[in-house]
Amino acid sequence: MFIWFHKLASPPYFYKFAGMLAPWLGWLSLFVIAAGLYGGLWLAPPDYQQGDGFRIIYVHVPSAWMSMLVYMVMAVAAAIGLIWRMKLAHAVSAAAAPLGASFTFIALVTGSLWGKPMWGTYWVWDARLTSELILLFLYVGYMALNHAFEDRRTGDRASAILALVGIVNIPIIHYSVKWWNTLHQGPTVFFGPRAEMPPSMYIPLFIMIIGFMVYFAAFILKRLQVEVLQRERNTAWVRALVAKS
Amino acid sequence: MNSWHEFLTMGGYAVYVWPAYGTALVVLLANAIWPGRQQHALLKELRRRSLHSEERPT
Repeated sequence: MFIWFHKLASPPYFYKFAGMLAPWLGWLSLFVIAAGLYGGLWLAPPDYQQGDGFRIIYVHVPSAWMSMLVYMVMAVAAAIGLIWRMKLAHAVSAAAAPLGASFTFIALVTGSLWGKPMWGTYWVWDARLTSELILLFLYVGYMALNHAFEDRRTGDRASAILALVGIVNIPIIHYSVKWWNTLHQGPTVFFGPRAEMPPSMYIPLFIMIIGFMVYFAAFILKRLQVEVLQRERNTAWVRALVAKS
Repeated sequence: MNSWHEFLTMGGYAVYVWPAYGTALVVLLANAIWPGRQQHALLKELRRRSLHSEERPT
Protein backbone atom coordinates (compact mmCIF):
# COMPACT_ATOMS: atom_id res chain seq x y z
CA MET A 1 0.00 0.00 0.00
CA PHE A 2 2.76 2.48 0.83
CA ILE A 3 4.52 1.96 -2.49
CA TRP A 4 1.31 2.77 -4.30
CA PHE A 5 0.91 5.90 -2.22
CA HIS A 6 4.51 6.90 -2.78
CA LYS A 7 4.13 6.40 -6.53
CA LEU A 8 0.98 8.52 -6.42
CA ALA A 9 3.02 11.43 -5.10
CA SER A 10 5.01 11.60 -8.33
CA PRO A 11 3.35 14.20 -10.56
CA PRO A 12 3.25 12.28 -13.85
CA TYR A 13 1.68 9.22 -12.20
CA PHE A 14 -0.73 11.42 -10.26
CA TYR A 15 -1.71 13.36 -13.41
CA LYS A 16 -2.70 10.14 -15.20
CA PHE A 17 -4.48 8.77 -12.09
CA ALA A 18 -6.48 12.00 -11.66
CA GLY A 19 -7.42 12.02 -15.32
CA MET A 20 -8.77 8.49 -15.14
CA LEU A 21 -10.69 8.85 -11.89
CA ALA A 22 -12.24 12.33 -12.21
CA PRO A 23 -14.85 11.56 -14.91
CA TRP A 24 -16.20 8.52 -13.03
CA LEU A 25 -16.53 10.51 -9.81
CA GLY A 26 -18.13 13.35 -11.74
CA TRP A 27 -20.90 11.17 -13.15
CA LEU A 28 -21.36 9.40 -9.83
CA SER A 29 -21.84 12.74 -8.06
CA LEU A 30 -24.49 13.68 -10.63
CA PHE A 31 -26.56 10.57 -9.84
CA VAL A 32 -26.12 10.88 -6.06
CA ILE A 33 -27.14 14.55 -6.09
CA ALA A 34 -30.10 13.78 -8.38
CA ALA A 35 -31.25 11.09 -5.94
CA GLY A 36 -30.84 13.50 -3.03
CA LEU A 37 -32.82 16.20 -4.81
CA TYR A 38 -35.63 13.76 -5.64
CA GLY A 39 -35.77 12.75 -1.98
CA GLY A 40 -35.51 16.29 -0.67
CA LEU A 41 -37.64 18.26 -3.14
CA TRP A 42 -40.32 15.71 -3.93
CA LEU A 43 -40.56 12.92 -1.36
CA ALA A 44 -39.83 14.73 1.91
CA PRO A 45 -42.94 16.13 3.68
CA PRO A 46 -43.20 19.94 4.17
CA ASP A 47 -42.02 21.29 7.52
CA TYR A 48 -44.88 22.01 9.93
CA GLN A 49 -43.60 25.56 10.51
CA GLN A 50 -41.67 26.50 7.35
CA GLY A 51 -43.72 24.52 4.84
CA ASP A 52 -41.85 23.85 1.59
CA GLY A 53 -39.47 26.74 2.30
CA PHE A 54 -37.34 24.41 4.43
CA ARG A 55 -36.28 22.52 1.27
CA ILE A 56 -33.48 25.04 0.80
CA ILE A 57 -31.76 22.94 3.51
CA TYR A 58 -30.83 20.32 0.86
CA VAL A 59 -28.46 22.73 -0.83
CA HIS A 60 -27.64 25.10 2.06
CA VAL A 61 -26.41 22.54 4.61
CA PRO A 62 -24.27 20.44 2.22
CA SER A 63 -22.55 23.52 0.78
CA ALA A 64 -21.97 25.03 4.25
CA TRP A 65 -20.60 21.68 5.44
CA MET A 66 -18.33 21.45 2.38
CA SER A 67 -17.12 25.04 2.81
CA MET A 68 -15.58 24.02 6.14
CA LEU A 69 -14.43 20.56 5.05
CA VAL A 70 -12.65 21.95 1.99
CA TYR A 71 -10.88 24.55 4.12
CA MET A 72 -9.57 21.77 6.36
CA VAL A 73 -8.29 19.90 3.30
CA MET A 74 -6.66 23.12 2.11
CA ALA A 75 -5.05 23.87 5.48
CA VAL A 76 -3.70 20.32 5.95
CA ALA A 77 -2.27 20.34 2.42
CA ALA A 78 -0.73 23.77 3.07
CA ALA A 79 0.92 22.47 6.25
CA ILE A 80 2.29 19.40 4.42
CA GLY A 81 3.54 21.63 1.63
CA LEU A 82 5.35 23.95 4.05
CA ILE A 83 6.80 21.25 6.31
CA TRP A 84 7.89 18.66 3.71
CA ARG A 85 8.18 21.10 0.78
CA MET A 86 5.96 18.88 -1.39
CA LYS A 87 4.92 20.77 -4.53
CA LEU A 88 1.94 18.43 -5.01
CA ALA A 89 0.61 19.41 -1.56
CA HIS A 90 0.59 23.10 -2.52
CA ALA A 91 -1.13 22.11 -5.76
CA VAL A 92 -3.88 20.45 -3.68
CA SER A 93 -4.42 23.68 -1.71
CA ALA A 94 -4.47 25.76 -4.88
CA ALA A 95 -6.98 23.35 -6.48
CA ALA A 96 -9.19 23.26 -3.37
CA ALA A 97 -9.46 27.03 -2.83
CA PRO A 98 -11.82 27.93 -5.72
CA LEU A 99 -14.08 25.00 -4.86
CA GLY A 100 -14.13 26.04 -1.21
CA ALA A 101 -14.93 29.60 -2.17
CA SER A 102 -17.75 28.35 -4.41
CA PHE A 103 -19.30 26.22 -1.66
CA THR A 104 -19.03 29.16 0.77
CA PHE A 105 -20.69 31.46 -1.76
CA ILE A 106 -23.54 28.96 -2.29
CA ALA A 107 -23.97 28.59 1.48
CA LEU A 108 -24.16 32.37 1.96
CA VAL A 109 -26.61 32.96 -0.92
CA THR A 110 -28.91 30.02 -0.12
CA GLY A 111 -28.80 30.91 3.59
CA SER A 112 -29.70 34.48 2.79
CA LEU A 113 -32.59 33.37 0.56
CA TRP A 114 -33.77 31.11 3.37
CA GLY A 115 -33.43 33.88 5.95
CA LYS A 116 -35.69 36.35 4.16
CA PRO A 117 -38.98 34.38 4.52
CA MET A 118 -38.08 32.91 7.92
CA TRP A 119 -36.32 35.80 9.70
CA GLY A 120 -37.61 38.67 7.60
CA THR A 121 -34.12 39.69 6.42
CA TYR A 122 -31.53 38.61 3.85
CA TRP A 123 -28.63 39.35 6.19
CA VAL A 124 -27.91 39.96 9.84
CA TRP A 125 -24.48 40.31 11.53
CA ASP A 126 -24.99 37.05 13.34
CA ALA A 127 -21.99 35.05 14.64
CA ARG A 128 -22.54 32.15 12.23
CA LEU A 129 -23.18 34.30 9.15
CA THR A 130 -20.31 36.70 9.86
CA SER A 131 -17.75 33.92 10.40
CA GLU A 132 -18.89 32.22 7.19
CA LEU A 133 -18.43 35.52 5.34
CA ILE A 134 -14.90 35.76 6.80
CA LEU A 135 -14.33 32.24 5.45
CA LEU A 136 -15.19 33.52 1.96
CA PHE A 137 -12.66 36.35 2.35
CA LEU A 138 -10.04 33.82 3.49
CA TYR A 139 -10.59 31.73 0.36
CA VAL A 140 -10.41 34.80 -1.90
CA GLY A 141 -7.35 36.02 -0.01
CA TYR A 142 -5.69 32.62 -0.50
CA MET A 143 -6.32 32.68 -4.24
CA ALA A 144 -5.13 36.27 -4.63
CA LEU A 145 -1.96 35.62 -2.64
CA ASN A 146 -1.27 32.38 -4.49
CA HIS A 147 -1.16 34.16 -7.83
CA ALA A 148 0.44 37.38 -6.59
CA PHE A 149 4.03 36.31 -7.21
CA GLU A 150 5.97 35.69 -10.38
CA ASP A 151 7.58 32.63 -8.80
CA ARG A 152 4.87 30.06 -8.08
CA ARG A 153 6.81 28.63 -5.13
CA THR A 154 6.69 31.95 -3.30
CA GLY A 155 2.98 32.24 -3.98
CA ASP A 156 2.41 28.73 -2.68
CA ARG A 157 4.29 29.40 0.53
CA ALA A 158 2.73 32.79 1.22
CA SER A 159 -0.83 31.52 0.65
CA ALA A 160 -0.12 28.38 2.68
CA ILE A 161 0.71 30.56 5.68
CA LEU A 162 -2.54 32.47 5.26
CA ALA A 163 -4.44 29.17 5.07
CA LEU A 164 -2.88 28.03 8.35
CA VAL A 165 -3.61 31.32 10.10
CA GLY A 166 -7.21 31.12 8.94
CA ILE A 167 -7.81 27.71 10.54
CA VAL A 168 -8.93 29.41 13.73
CA ASN A 169 -12.05 30.55 11.89
CA ILE A 170 -13.33 26.99 11.35
CA PRO A 171 -14.14 26.11 15.00
CA ILE A 172 -15.60 29.60 15.37
CA ILE A 173 -18.06 28.90 12.55
CA HIS A 174 -18.84 25.44 13.84
CA TYR A 175 -19.42 26.40 17.48
CA SER A 176 -20.76 29.92 16.84
CA VAL A 177 -24.32 28.69 17.29
CA LYS A 178 -23.45 27.26 20.68
CA TRP A 179 -21.19 30.00 22.06
CA TRP A 180 -23.27 33.00 21.11
CA ASN A 181 -26.99 33.51 21.20
CA THR A 182 -27.38 33.38 17.41
CA LEU A 183 -30.39 33.92 15.22
CA HIS A 184 -29.02 31.05 13.12
CA GLN A 185 -30.36 27.55 13.84
CA GLY A 186 -28.54 25.72 16.63
CA PRO A 187 -26.95 22.30 16.07
CA THR A 188 -29.76 20.01 14.85
CA VAL A 189 -30.07 16.58 16.43
CA PHE A 190 -30.54 13.93 13.75
CA PHE A 191 -30.46 10.67 15.71
CA GLY A 192 -31.83 9.19 18.88
CA PRO A 193 -34.93 9.97 20.91
CA ARG A 194 -34.64 13.76 20.52
CA ALA A 195 -34.22 13.60 16.72
CA GLU A 196 -35.77 16.75 15.31
CA MET A 197 -36.06 15.51 11.73
CA PRO A 198 -37.89 12.40 10.53
CA PRO A 199 -35.86 9.97 8.35
CA SER A 200 -37.84 11.06 5.27
CA MET A 201 -36.24 14.49 5.78
CA TYR A 202 -32.70 13.69 6.94
CA ILE A 203 -31.93 10.77 4.64
CA PRO A 204 -32.05 13.00 1.51
CA LEU A 205 -29.85 15.47 3.42
CA PHE A 206 -27.17 12.80 4.00
CA ILE A 207 -27.41 11.76 0.34
CA MET A 208 -26.88 15.38 -0.74
CA ILE A 209 -23.87 15.74 1.57
CA ILE A 210 -22.34 12.55 0.12
CA GLY A 211 -23.15 13.81 -3.39
CA PHE A 212 -21.37 17.11 -2.72
CA MET A 213 -18.35 15.22 -1.36
CA VAL A 214 -18.12 13.02 -4.45
CA TYR A 215 -18.52 16.17 -6.58
CA PHE A 216 -15.66 17.81 -4.67
CA ALA A 217 -13.43 14.73 -5.14
CA ALA A 218 -14.14 14.68 -8.88
CA PHE A 219 -13.43 18.32 -9.56
CA ILE A 220 -10.53 18.85 -7.21
CA LEU A 221 -8.81 16.04 -9.15
CA LYS A 222 -9.63 17.84 -12.38
CA ARG A 223 -8.28 21.16 -11.07
CA LEU A 224 -5.23 19.34 -9.73
CA GLN A 225 -4.32 18.29 -13.26
CA VAL A 226 -4.21 21.94 -14.24
CA GLU A 227 -2.22 22.95 -11.14
CA VAL A 228 0.29 20.13 -11.70
CA LEU A 229 0.67 21.03 -15.37
CA GLN A 230 1.33 24.66 -14.50
CA ARG A 231 3.90 23.78 -11.86
CA GLU A 232 5.63 21.13 -13.94
CA ARG A 233 5.44 22.77 -17.36
CA ASN A 234 9.20 22.83 -17.85
CA THR A 235 9.72 19.17 -17.00
CA ALA A 236 10.41 16.36 -19.46
CA TRP A 237 7.20 14.46 -18.74
CA VAL A 238 5.05 17.49 -19.50
CA ARG A 239 6.93 18.13 -22.74
CA ALA A 240 6.38 14.49 -23.66
CA LEU A 241 2.72 14.79 -22.77
CA VAL A 242 2.33 17.94 -24.86
CA ALA A 243 4.12 16.39 -27.81
CA LYS A 244 1.87 13.36 -27.59
CA SER A 245 -1.42 15.24 -27.18
CA MET B 1 -45.39 16.60 -3.05
CA ASN B 2 -48.62 15.68 -4.66
CA SER B 3 -48.74 17.70 -7.84
CA TRP B 4 -46.47 19.32 -10.34
CA HIS B 5 -48.11 22.66 -9.51
CA GLU B 6 -47.30 22.30 -5.82
CA PHE B 7 -43.74 21.41 -6.76
CA LEU B 8 -43.28 24.57 -8.87
CA THR B 9 -44.88 26.95 -6.37
CA MET B 10 -43.09 25.27 -3.43
CA GLY B 11 -46.05 26.12 -1.23
CA GLY B 12 -45.60 29.84 -1.91
CA TYR B 13 -41.84 29.84 -1.31
CA ALA B 14 -40.88 29.42 -4.97
CA VAL B 15 -39.30 32.91 -5.12
CA TYR B 16 -36.80 31.82 -2.46
CA VAL B 17 -36.33 28.10 -3.10
CA TRP B 18 -35.74 28.22 -6.87
CA PRO B 19 -33.20 31.10 -6.89
CA ALA B 20 -31.36 29.21 -4.15
CA TYR B 21 -31.19 26.05 -6.29
CA GLY B 22 -30.45 28.16 -9.37
CA THR B 23 -27.41 29.70 -7.69
CA ALA B 24 -26.13 26.31 -6.61
CA LEU B 25 -26.64 24.89 -10.10
CA VAL B 26 -24.81 27.75 -11.82
CA VAL B 27 -21.86 27.68 -9.40
CA LEU B 28 -21.51 23.89 -9.47
CA LEU B 29 -21.77 23.78 -13.28
CA ALA B 30 -19.15 26.53 -13.62
CA ASN B 31 -16.79 24.57 -11.37
CA ALA B 32 -17.43 21.44 -13.41
CA ILE B 33 -16.77 23.02 -16.80
CA TRP B 34 -14.01 25.51 -16.01
CA PRO B 35 -11.12 23.12 -15.14
CA GLY B 36 -11.50 21.13 -18.35
CA ARG B 37 -11.34 24.23 -20.50
CA GLN B 38 -8.40 25.58 -18.52
CA GLN B 39 -6.53 22.29 -19.01
CA HIS B 40 -7.25 22.34 -22.74
CA ALA B 41 -6.08 25.94 -23.09
CA LEU B 42 -2.91 25.24 -21.08
CA LEU B 43 -1.99 22.19 -23.19
CA LYS B 44 -2.55 24.20 -26.37
CA GLU B 45 -0.38 27.01 -25.02
CA LEU B 46 2.39 24.59 -24.09
CA ARG B 47 2.17 22.96 -27.52
CA ARG B 48 2.39 26.34 -29.28
CA ARG B 49 5.38 27.30 -27.14
CA SER B 50 7.17 23.99 -27.84
CA LEU B 51 6.61 24.32 -31.64
CA HIS B 52 7.74 27.93 -31.49
CA SER B 53 10.98 27.03 -29.70
CA GLU B 54 11.70 24.23 -32.20
CA GLU B 55 11.48 26.49 -35.23
CA ARG B 56 13.97 28.98 -33.80
CA PRO B 57 16.44 26.86 -31.76
CA THR B 58 18.33 29.46 -29.75
